[in-house]
Amino acid sequence: MFIVGELINGMYQDIGRAIREKNKKVIQDKALQQIKAGADALDVNCGPVSKDQSSDIQWLVESIQEVTDKPLALDSSKPAVIESGLKVIKNKTIINSTTADLEKLEKLIPLAKQYNAELIGLTISTKGIPQNKDQRLELAATIVASCSDAGFPIENLYIDPIVLPVNVAQAQIKDILDSITEFKIISDPAPKSIVGLSNISQGTCVRNLVNRIFLTMAVGCGLDAAILDPLDNDLMDAAITAELILNKHIYCDSFLDAYRKK
Amino acid sequence: MAQELMLEKWSSAISVVNIGATKEEGGSRSKVIKVGGQATLPFLFPEGSIPNKPVIAFEIWDSAPMDWPDTLKQPFADVLNDPLKWAKKCVDDFKAELLCLKLQGAHPDSGDKKPDDEAELVERILKTVDVPLVILGCGDDAKDNLVLPACSEAAKGECCLIGSAVQDNYKTLVAAVLADGHNIVAESPIDINIAKQLNILISDMGLSVERIVIDPTIGALGYGLEYAYSIMERARLAALSGDKMMACPFICKVGQEAWRAKEAKAKMTEFPAWGPEAERGIAWEAITATALIQSGADILVMRHPAAIEKVNKYIDNLMTNDKIPMSK
Repeated sequence: MFIVGELINGMYQDIGRAIREKNKKVIQDKALQQIKAGADALDVNCGPVSKDQSSDIQWLVESIQEVTDKPLALDSSKPAVIESGLKVIKNKTIINSTTADLEKLEKLIPLAKQYNAELIGLTISTKGIPQNKDQRLELAATIVASCSDAGFPIENLYIDPIVLPVNVAQAQIKDILDSITEFKIISDPAPKSIVGLSNISQGTCVRNLVNRIFLTMAVGCGLDAAILDPLDNDLMDAAITAELILNKHIYCDSFLDAYRKK
Repeated sequence: MAQELMLEKWSSAISVVNIGATKEEGGSRSKVIKVGGQATLPFLFPEGSIPNKPVIAFEIWDSAPMDWPDTLKQPFADVLNDPLKWAKKCVDDFKAELLCLKLQGAHPDSGDKKPDDEAELVERILKTVDVPLVILGCGDDAKDNLVLPACSEAAKGECCLIGSAVQDNYKTLVAAVLADGHNIVAESPIDINIAKQLNILISDMGLSVERIVIDPTIGALGYGLEYAYSIMERARLAALSGDKMMACPFICKVGQEAWRAKEAKAKMTEFPAWGPEAERGIAWEAITATALIQSGADILVMRHPAAIEKVNKYIDNLMTNDKIPMSK
């Protein structure tokens, strides 16, 4: 599975402070820790503390690029901030993210094409969060169609079904899992699926367990990628083992180590 | 209507292992044999690059083989007792580009040769011929742990391929190979899980995976060839999809397995319907080799020069047909 490490986000206190004080080392250490733990890519988000996100995201990208050439996911709801990050990025890029709103699609798909970036599309629109599987698929189809029309390769598109906290939207979780399976039949080639994992456990008292079990079930539904905390060792072990069970890796006694060394 | 090829996109490639070192590289070989490097399944040229062809290593022994059938002894009849002449004959007469020295005589049951003597033999072979060398132990773990480090040291700087490390006995050999700058053969008993595990164990000791050649253990035609084939294919698919621990070239001991088959060595007097054994054994070895080439073999350790000649032709054919588009 493609793991995007979520820890470089200004909403975390240590990262927020590092962004304020322009302390590169904190950012670079966090980048390398996540990669060592098995992250394939790193999410980069300035967070709410940033006063000047367009400049801060450039500083983050440049700091991280000094220590790794792993792909970076530019994470902002503001296309202008993403575009600013794209201007300095050398590593492979994932744009995180567009919604199913035309206004955003028209801005971000051309940017993704121009910078040869992958794109994450959230099944959400200004009308709100989808309430069931059909609404998710409809929004996903809108994103896929826009990409198709613009000549953006669907293999480079990730669809995120929007994971909701289990204590808020318990009735929807199964629909979310089913959506992951059904994204694959929207088009051929199919878009990939991704989740922002930690939402599932917001406000619950055993977050790690909820994250771990949901991820395992999502992998069973064909999930391709997840944005998560790769330093949660048990979580990573669960993801690796789930894929092992699905015959995605060759078993060996040290399969957990083998995966992390890949 | 023109048909479109369905091409697979792979994310990774097999590592390249260099066997042999020239003078510039600190050795004394006339050239370096490169194996591996494929970015696709065997011979699917339209799908990815295949920079290096499969190579055949002529198998020679440190002592005259007792149980080889006459057909196999015949081409080497005058040199079987002399490994140096045997090596020279392979290179001079049969144009061998790679030799595989099997130290069978070190086995406690078949000569029990001393480590120093085997090391000296390695040294002398390296002086006699200038092709790169594969060195294989006798298979007795305790003895190999004495003999192979001595041979490794004697060949220091020549960038040989030395084996075999197995799951229960790899540390001594890995340490020797690391110290002397060679490559290692990692052997597993037709078991992909053990193959992967062994590579992890070896790389944990500091020898990079790029210096490992996998011996998956094969069966000859009629003796489990298809099982070996499917394991090699599965390992290759995993490697091309990004499993670095499987992304090593393969070495296959074709001669050893093919000439063990009853069909290869039984005399025509016993089985008149099978035809003359002189042709049969060669065919058995050649067919075993060609099937393994199709499953991804990079180094084939072979015995009979006539079989080797046939297989070399087959390899050249496969490698030069890359410009011909697939037929409609």
